[in-house]
Amino acid sequence: MAIRSAPEVNAGSMADIAFLLLIFFLVTTTIEKDSGIARQLPPLEEVENPPKIRERNLLIVSVNRNDELMVNDQLMELKDLRQAAIDFLDNGGAPANTADYCDYCQGRRDRESSDNPDKAVISVQNDRLTSYKMYIAVQNELVAAYYHLRNRESQRLYGWNYTDMYNALEEGQYQGNETLLKERLETIQKMYPMKLSEAEPRRSGQ
Amino acid sequence: MAKFTKRSSGETPAISTASLPDIVFMLLFFFMVVTVLRDDNLMVRNTLPKADQVEKLKKDRSVYIYAGRPSDRYVEQYGTEGKIQIGDKFTDISNLKFALTEARARLLPELQDRIMIALKVDEETNTGLVTDIKQELRELNMLKIIYVTSPGNVLDYQ
Repeated sequence: MAIRSAPEVNAGSMADIAFLLLIFFLVTTTIEKDSGIARQLPPLEEVENPPKIRERNLLIVSVNRNDELMVNDQLMELKDLRQAAIDFLDNGGAPANTADYCDYCQGRRDRESSDNPDKAVISVQNDRLTSYKMYIAVQNELVAAYYHLRNRESQRLYGWNYTDMYNALEEGQYQGNETLLKERLETIQKMYPMKLSEAEPRRSGQ
Repeated sequence: MAKFTKRSSGETPAISTASLPDIVFMLLFFFMVVTVLRDDNLMVRNTLPKADQVEKLKKDRSVYIYAGRPSDRYVEQYGTEGKIQIGDKFTDISNLKFALTEARARLLPELQDRIMIALKVDEETNTGLVTDIKQELRELNMLKIIYVTSPGNVLDYQ
């Protein structure tokens, strides 16, 4: 019997098959969103005798049902909110030689605005009909104001950005002395503690 | 001296397509690897708002809450009011605690105390619904939340 060599498999349609699969995966892929603004909710228990906050230490940000923004009784555009929050937090109005004096603040030291970053509180007041898009935009700007100041101080003291180091630590990518880094991050956090309070939202029209 | 004979056929040689399958396969494998199959079937509209001051989500300890108006194919059945979805079904606000306690029990035991609630809320939703969810979360003492957003900034488009 003659030895027949096996005929070669035709691989010409391999590309077509692969293309078909490729297009299937291209269409079905949804890249999962996996980042966001992290917040800590206040615990539920009622605080007895809530601490009195002076009016000058309070920045009231309110948003109405038409997504209009009001900061301390003045209408404001969203793009100006970040700078307004930075000015307020960084004001450091307490006079020198008092316990509240803020030696690292670079603000205008206006007596009518906040004493120091530790006392400054930003209060956000929403309407129930405010859109979630606006809500997140406002939160984003306010958080950005805190991060801006924290980055500035960490640059001045240690030469790195607070947000970069914080994220590196959270993701476990930081090589080096983690305890030291944590200590330093806490120092920065204490300089500009995030005091963002949220009031109960109003019913529409109230 | 050797003579070099110039092949002088005027045609350009055909481009070899032999490596085409390899290239396509490479792309295919890339997409196969990066594809994450959704574990929840979305029943609400979910266009996330934009934000840029973000932190990474820790997937191993997160429980997702979706909220928004029902998607088009559910509108007839459920109307257009904002709805909450946990897992594969719509949940009422009064039922939220039960659903979340159940979801927490499914996490790894050592991560249950460090549970994070990831809120995936449609940008058209009213804040009131989100506030209701947050109130329930406070009652459950699940205080760590993260508003999942898409990258970008609202201000860039104005």
